Amino acid sequence: MDFGPYLFLAVLEGTVTAAVLALTALGLSLVFGVMRIVNVAHGEFFMLGAVLAWWFSSMVSGSPAIGFLVAIVMAPLVVGAIAVLCERTVLKRINYDPEATIVATIGILYIIQQLALTFYGADARPVQAPVNFRVVFPWFGYSGYKLVVIAASAVLLLATWFVLTRTRFGLIMRATQFDSETAQAFAIPVDRVYAVVFAIGAMLAATAAVLIVPIQQAHYLMGGDPLLLSFIVVIIGGLGSIFGTVVAAIIIGISDGVISVFFTPTLAKILATLLVALVLVLRPQGLFGKTPR
Amino acid sequence: MSAGDTMAAHGATRRGLFDKALLLHLAVLAVLFGLQFVIGEYQHLSLARVMVLATYAVGYNILFGYTGLLSLGHAMFFAAGLYGAGIGASQFGLGVQESFIAGVFSGLVLSTVIGLIALRTTGVAFMIVTMMFAQACYLLTLYFGEYTRGDEGIVLKGDIRQMVMFGYPFDLTSPVVRYNIAFGLLAVCVLICLALVRSPTGRVLVAIRENEERAGMLGYDTFRTKLFALVVSGTMSAAAGAAYALLFAYVGASFASIQYSILPLLWVLLGGIGTVLGPVVGTLLMFYLVDYASEYTSAYMLVVGVALLILVVWFPKGLLGTLRERVIAWLP
Repeated sequence: MDFGPYLFLAVLEGTVTAAVLALTALGLSLVFGVMRIVNVAHGEFFMLGAVLAWWFSSMVSGSPAIGFLVAIVMAPLVVGAIAVLCERTVLKRINYDPEATIVATIGILYIIQQLALTFYGADARPVQAPVNFRVVFPWFGYSGYKLVVIAASAVLLLATWFVLTRTRFGLIMRATQFDSETAQAFAIPVDRVYAVVFAIGAMLAATAAVLIVPIQQAHYLMGGDPLLLSFIVVIIGGLGSIFGTVVAAIIIGISDGVISVFFTPTLAKILATLLVALVLVLRPQGLFGKTPR
Repeated sequence: MSAGDTMAAHGATRRGLFDKALLLHLAVLAVLFGLQFVIGEYQHLSLARVMVLATYAVGYNILFGYTGLLSLGHAMFFAAGLYGAGIGASQFGLGVQESFIAGVFSGLVLSTVIGLIALRTTGVAFMIVTMMFAQACYLLTLYFGEYTRGDEGIVLKGDIRQMVMFGYPFDLTSPVVRYNIAFGLLAVCVLICLALVRSPTGRVLVAIRENEERAGMLGYDTFRTKLFALVVSGTMSAAAGAAYALLFAYVGASFASIQYSILPLLWVLLGGIGTVLGPVVGTLLMFYLVDYASEYTSAYMLVVGVALLILVVWFPKGLLGTLRERVIAWLP
């Protein structure tokens, strides 16, 4: 294959990564933006989404499409419920103290990982894709499902943007993000907003995982990479900025794809992590973030 | 998460012959030294391991407990020592002492470089920057698998396990030698830590932890002091790593992974943030807790996770921190 088509393939692969990454990172970004906490267990919510997707889809017999539809509805709901449980029993008790929250979510990370290992096992298991067709380009054929992933992710991102900027709930969330004390004074139930935002963040990660699981198998250790990449995206994009998160996800996703194809995935991750460390040091508000008030 | 204001309460430390704090630490070290005559072969090995890891925790605590900087990337310093010593011994044919020095020196260089960059950030950003650098270091050990042999790791064997010191030969495969070297390292580091936190510099570290702006206003160069703390902490962690490589003859990428950044945090939280002996107590308890739990269940991560949650929700000051608050206020 010539260089051109090869690059095209790399960009296509990168776009799939970017699509899923944007959803996952958006979850992390929302939680940080509104609650001012870093959720280290975010990758485990992603992993739970994938593992539950396997579980739900394996329970439903018949067409893989039905199994997948059940999974994409049920898995995020269950993960959201687990996230609310964690938020109510742990994070609320420590008053969302930023440093204590990091330690606590590390604890949650270990617990979820161990439970997944105990009940799901150490095997990687696939979920069948709901659709099965190939898009034939002049140079190579490409899995149609991957294009579906890109489209589905774009729809979900638009929906999130719509909820945040055009609905009453979005307004309440933004008010809480802007100044939680004043919001509280204006009778916004900040406490409940936190629980809902934490759940939505986890559900976004879980949805992303359900989308990716027909391409990448479900495994109990799969949460590490999405967590790391989400951190990178959220920091480069500027914490709490949806637009920045999506742009950064596209940059990181595509460059990850290209560097992985032409060099090695490890080198891609090394460069991305070093980049993020330097962004944090030189421009703490992120490339697209505004200077904090 | 500050370790409490009791540090300030006992501002003037009593010195001289009846120095309670120093005597207490010497007594604890003496007990650790004496233990080797009562315990069995298997315990020799575990305790040697615990003491090396406790050294790591003591190093971590200097930055986290006394300076108030929570690093999520200390595994890179531990690994710098580990690989500095391991590669020095296996690729360059250095002797045991030279390898150890190579390991410590790698940690010194790495912590200085990382400190100069990472200390420009504070709070949550500092945690994430250190975590990112540690992750980059972990990936580098995989990337340069040709030299580090990645996940598989390097096994040190043969002549590397023998050393000559003060004209006497020592066999590092002997449990007694290993126990005493590990003990020596821990003792030196505990005493360095004790001396540091009771020195004027140590007081500045605590001042930075409690209120960095105020410390800066009082005329202390907080950046330089923080850098000093990070370098001491990183170098001590590297010394633990180098000793680990040489004593237990294995160098692998898993020691550079995020898990080895979390473990010292856990040990310090359990034992007591900002106490000299806390990390030692924490490491010892956690090691045996996991050891004991693994007889009943393989769910080792569950134990760690639940311990972290319990600590952070109910005992943010850890064992010795709570003890200091309630009973012995003079504990350094």
